[in-house]
Amino acid sequence: MEMDALIALTAAAVSAGTPLLYAALGEILCERSGVLNLGIEGMMLAGAVCGFLAAVATESPAAGIAAAMLAGGALAAIHAFMTITLRVNQIISGLALALFGAGLSSYLGKHLIGVPLPVSPASVMLPGLSEIHFIGPAFFRQDLLVYGSYILVPLAWYWIHRTRPGLHLRAVGENPDTADAMGVNVYRIRYAYILIGGMLAGLGGAYLSLFYAPCWIENMTAGRGWIALALVIFAVWSPLRALAGAWLFGGIEALGFRIQILGATVSPFFLKMLPYLFTIVVLILFTVYSRRKRIGAPAALGMPYERE
Amino acid sequence: MLIIERRVSRSTAFRILSPVMAVLAALVFGALFLKLSGFEPLAVYGGMWRGAFGDAYGLSETLVKAIPLALCAMGIAVAFRMSLWNIGAEGQLYAGAMAATGVALSFPDAPAPALLPAMVAAGMTAGALWALIAAIPRAWLGANEILTTLMLNYIAIFWSEYLIHGPWKDPASFNFPLSPAFAEAARLPAFGDTRVHAGLIFALAAAAVLTILLRKTKWGYELRLIGSSPAVANYAGISIRRHILIAMAISGALAGLAGMAEVSAITGRLQYGLSPGYGYSAIIVAWLAKLNPAGILVMSTLFGGLLVGGYAVQFIGVPAAAVNMLQGAMLFFWLAAEFFGSYRVIHRGRLQEVR
Repeated sequence: MEMDALIALTAAAVSAGTPLLYAALGEILCERSGVLNLGIEGMMLAGAVCGFLAAVATESPAAGIAAAMLAGGALAAIHAFMTITLRVNQIISGLALALFGAGLSSYLGKHLIGVPLPVSPASVMLPGLSEIHFIGPAFFRQDLLVYGSYILVPLAWYWIHRTRPGLHLRAVGENPDTADAMGVNVYRIRYAYILIGGMLAGLGGAYLSLFYAPCWIENMTAGRGWIALALVIFAVWSPLRALAGAWLFGGIEALGFRIQILGATVSPFFLKMLPYLFTIVVLILFTVYSRRKRIGAPAALGMPYERE
Repeated sequence: MLIIERRVSRSTAFRILSPVMAVLAALVFGALFLKLSGFEPLAVYGGMWRGAFGDAYGLSETLVKAIPLALCAMGIAVAFRMSLWNIGAEGQLYAGAMAATGVALSFPDAPAPALLPAMVAAGMTAGALWALIAAIPRAWLGANEILTTLMLNYIAIFWSEYLIHGPWKDPASFNFPLSPAFAEAARLPAFGDTRVHAGLIFALAAAAVLTILLRKTKWGYELRLIGSSPAVANYAGISIRRHILIAMAISGALAGLAGMAEVSAITGRLQYGLSPGYGYSAIIVAWLAKLNPAGILVMSTLFGGLLVGGYAVQFIGVPAAAVNMLQGAMLFFWLAAEFFGSYRVIHRGRLQEVR
């Protein structure tokens, strides 16, 4: 009994953590290039609503996912144009994106409230792996997007740390002047990674509306885009740590939900606060830790680059 | 090739025209969007205009919405001036509303001259304290205030929901989540038979006081200095830590005052949907007004009008969210306009190599 509950909780944590993970991976890639994008919440919402729209229209979750990534990428393109070409303050452009995306998604989703998803993507049991004691039911009886994240995490790590384009990415984020002198096109690289970041945030949004919920509710991300930003700091811009962090945050969300079902005496409203409280506490603890260890953000993060 | 160059000086005409152009560009963008979703843009804008500014009722409702927007935006502007990104006005507003409600419900028999000032004090203190929860870790540890203030918004809103479902639930509300209605003495007076209330005086007074503080005092100067060059401010011996705490406390107090005014004057009780996102729209208001208190009064009237106009066109099927989208678009176009004010794009042939 105890074991079953733990397995169920772990499986729920992985599922709840997946949208955070996609969004955080996207933001890690974007911030590694030296651009802060605070608009994740808006891009996730746009992804969630466009993904849902497309999936309802075509009855295909794959089309929904594609539409969500396009929507996230399109919003990210605004941020890229603003911050790179027009050299607008990255913080204020990101805030504008978050607010704009929220408005856009409510506008587009007006008639989707209460509409059921025609095809619900089922979970896939991975042969062999899903039979392993504990690990199987917790990690390998999930849906395809969860498996996608298992692949994307090591891939992103390898890309950033072991490939030539990854080296260029890090160079642009740490010292754009030097990267430029090396012959790397700073603007092009930043554009590319902002777009990739937006597409992954859109994908995270689609996970919510197509897999996790599955339905469209106004502002359904409920701050997950902002939690993903905290996760990036917690993960020290590393995809591997982002995986652990996302599941931990997912676990908190799943735990609150479960305590509620078990009929605890705590008010459900306090349980709903848990992920946000946890984010604040983790952020503060982690700020102390990273100062002591002298680790931090990419050196050029937040600074517009002006080529002389 | 196209070359982007910093302008040596910025023209006055441009400075005046750019906000107008940004608003117009956003309206054109919105029109395209409305057209694509099958609405007649001119009819929608006409309806919004008539709803918000067309008659005395619309105008009074526009002012009703402008009051919390202006108070929150002024608070935000104080923090933003020192590059302190307080995006927690929404939560600070709720904190103020809860504290004011607490006072109103605890002293149902107190006379208005004692009760209203106490509610104002409670609302402002609660808003300031709520902001300090984020400001203290920011000042001492450097914890990112954008994320902490935002998380605190969700926490404050859930807390208010807890109160109206639990300890403060009105026994006479037939199970609706509402606090009991305030006594008449706890209601801020309104002008005539409109809903425009004394909060308008708070907003005007706040604008006047802030203008003087920001322009004429050492504090205002130091705030700007920290915002533009923290290193210089540090060398000059200015305590950045102290300024973070002061700016966030003022910021939160003003948002808390907005929350107090909403429960006291508009709803007369604590209930769901106290704010349709005033704290978030106020970020855009503050930025479009260039963080200037007088400009904020003008911009919040415009944004109040947008909200009221948005409600007015809902009956022809336009989602109210169109307004939020339009506000976001205005900020983008404004940011773009700023760029063309400080840079110019010139077309030039390939550079000749120097021999």
